[in-house]
Amino acid sequence: MMTNPTGRLTQGQFSFLPELTDAEITLQIEYGLGKGYAWSVEYTDDPHPRNTYWDMYGMPMFDLQDAAGVLQELTACRQAFPRHYIRLMAFNATRGVESVAMCFIVNRPPVEHGFMLERQEAQGRNLRYTTSGYGVSRPEGERY
Amino acid sequence: MSNTVETGQITDAKTRYSAGVLKYMQMGYWVPDYVPSATDTICLFRITPQDGVDPEEAAAAVAGESSTATWTVVWTDRLTACDSYRAKAYKVIPVPNNPGQYFAYVAYDLILFEEGSISNMTASLIGNVFSFKPLKAARLEDIRLPVAYIKTFKGPPTGLVVERERLDKFGRPLLGATTKPKLGLSGRNYGRVIYEGLKGGLDFMKDDENINSQPFMHWRDRFLYVMDGVNKAQAATGEIKGSYLNVTGATMEDIYERAEFAKELGSVVIMLDLVIGWAAIQSMANWARKNDMIVHMHRAGHGTYTRQKNHGVSFRVIAKWLRLAGVDHLHTGTAVGKLEGDPLTVQGYYNVCRDSYTVTDLPRGIYFDQDWADTKKVMPVASGGIHAGQMHQLLDLFGDDVILQFGGGTIGHPQGIQAGAVANRVALETMVKARNEGRNIAQEGPQILRKAAQSCGPLKAALDTWGDITFNYASTDSSDYVATPAMSA
Repeated sequence: MMTNPTGRLTQGQFSFLPELTDAEITLQIEYGLGKGYAWSVEYTDDPHPRNTYWDMYGMPMFDLQDAAGVLQELTACRQAFPRHYIRLMAFNATRGVESVAMCFIVNRPPVEHGFMLERQEAQGRNLRYTTSGYGVSRPEGERY
Repeated sequence: MSNTVETGQITDAKTRYSAGVLKYMQMGYWVPDYVPSATDTICLFRITPQDGVDPEEAAAAVAGESSTATWTVVWTDRLTACDSYRAKAYKVIPVPNNPGQYFAYVAYDLILFEEGSISNMTASLIGNVFSFKPLKAARLEDIRLPVAYIKTFKGPPTGLVVERERLDKFGRPLLGATTKPKLGLSGRNYGRVIYEGLKGGLDFMKDDENINSQPFMHWRDRFLYVMDGVNKAQAATGEIKGSYLNVTGATMEDIYERAEFAKELGSVVIMLDLVIGWAAIQSMANWARKNDMIVHMHRAGHGTYTRQKNHGVSFRVIAKWLRLAGVDHLHTGTAVGKLEGDPLTVQGYYNVCRDSYTVTDLPRGIYFDQDWADTKKVMPVASGGIHAGQMHQLLDLFGDDVILQFGGGTIGHPQGIQAGAVANRVALETMVKARNEGRNIAQEGPQILRKAAQSCGPLKAALDTWGDITFNYASTDSSDYVATPAMSA
C-alpha cells in the first residue's frame, strides 16, 4: 500500500483526480486528436519511475482520427491485462518537439504495492539509493 | 561648412582621417540607407540623449562606442577594413508617448563577436556605451541574433523536451516550491521540507538563491539530507522527483566541487545564480552536458538592470543570451505574483525561451523575428507569490511548458506541507483536465477550483486562506505599444 496522499502511483497527468470515466477519457483523446497527436496504449506490471519502456499494445495510432477507435483499443488492452497499469500516450511529431505530449494512467491493479527504498552506506556519509518495486521479485505477468 | 558635411559621413579619406574630433555621424556610424544582412546582429536601443544632442548623432555614438570608435580620430583605423567593423546605426524613431526617448536600430557585422561567447558579445553591446556622457540613459530593448552566430552556441544542456522525457512528466506544467525560510534551517530540518513537499505531489523542490554554505548549514549537509528526502519521496510516489541543489559558490573550483557532489548523490538537477557571470554559466553548461544534468538558472540580480524602462537591459535580451549560454530552467516571472512583470511583457519572455521561431510582437515587447535554428528550448519558471487560487490564470497565461513554483503557497498551508502540495497538484490537474475538455478556464476557473475543492480538503483550505490574495500594482516595465494594466485575480 502506498503511503503518499493519493495512496497510489502518481505518474501521469491525472493521478491526483478521481479515476476518469470513459466519457472523460474520450474528451482527452479528442483534445489530443485536435492537436494532431497520435495516441497509443501501453501497459506494464513494472511501474518503476525509471521504467521508460512500458509494453506497447499495438502501434501508435498515427492515422486514427476517431476517439471511439482509440477507446476501443484501450478497452481491448484492459480486457487482456486487467491487473496491469495501462497508460494512454499522445505523441507530437512536430519538429522541435517529437516527443510525448500527453500521458495518463487509465488502469491500475486492485492493490498498488509501491516501492522499497534501499540505502547502501558508502564512503563518508554518502548513501546509494535503490528504488525497487515490491512486485517485481515475481515473474512478469504474476506481479499483481 | 554645409550641414551635410557636418552630419553626414565624410567619404573623402584624407579629410576623414585627419587628426581631430569628428561627430560620430561623420565617422560613418550613421548609415540611414543601410540594409542589415542576414548575418548581422541587430540591437534595438532605447536612448535618452542629453539636451541638445541630435537623436541620430546619439544613435551613431551608441554604434561607435559599442564597436570600434574612440573619442577622436585615429589613423590606425586605416590599417583595418574599418568600414565593415563599424557598427551602423540605421534607424531612429521616437518612442511613443515618451518625449526625449528614441529607439535606435544598430547593426553589427558577424566578425565583431567571438564565436560561442556571451562574455564577448556583452562586453561590446552593454559595455562602455552605457556610461557614455552624451546619453542620459540607454537601454538594450531587444536583439536579433543571426542564425550564423546562434549556431556557434550549444544552447541548453538538456532542453525542455528532453527534460520531460527524463522526468517522465508530460502534458501539464511541472510543480515546484522553494524551501522556506530562505535562511537559517539546518540540513536536517531542510530535508524535512523537501520530503514533505515532494511526497505531497510536487515534482521539484528548490534551494533559494542565497542558500550556498552559511554557518547554519554546510552545503554538503544540505545535499545529503535533501537527496534522502528526494529518494524517499520517489519511492513513496513512484514518480521521479528532484530538488535544485544550488551549487553557486565563491569560485569556479567551489562550483565544480559542489556540482560533482550533486552528481555523485544522483541528483537530476543543479542550480546556479545569474550573479556568477556569463563565463561561469557557460562553463557549467559544458559540465552539465557531460554529466546529464539539468541546469536551473535563478535570475538573482537581474532586477538591478532590467526593471527600469529608461536604462539597462531588457530581460528579454538576458533570456536570449541565457538560452544560447546554456540553461534549462529560467525564472521568467509570474505576471500575477509578487514580483515585477506585466502579463504581455512576461509572455514575451516565455516565448523567447520556448519558441522555435519567435515572431515580432510589439505588445509583448518582441521587436524582431528570431529564428532559433533548432536551439533547444528553455523551461520557464514562474515563481514568487503565486498560489493555487490563481491556477486558471497561470495555465491560461503560460500553457503547459512552465514550472509553477508555490513556495509560501505550499509550505504556508494551514494543514502542513504535504497538504499544500496536494492542493497545488489537485488544482493543476483539475485545471489541465478542464482546459482539455474545452472549458473556458480564464472565465470559469474560480468555479472549477471551488468544485474540485468540495472533494479535496487541502485545496479548500488553500482557497480559503489565499483565494483573495492579489498583488495588483502597476508594472514599471510594459510595452510602449499597448496599454497593459497589471493583472488582477
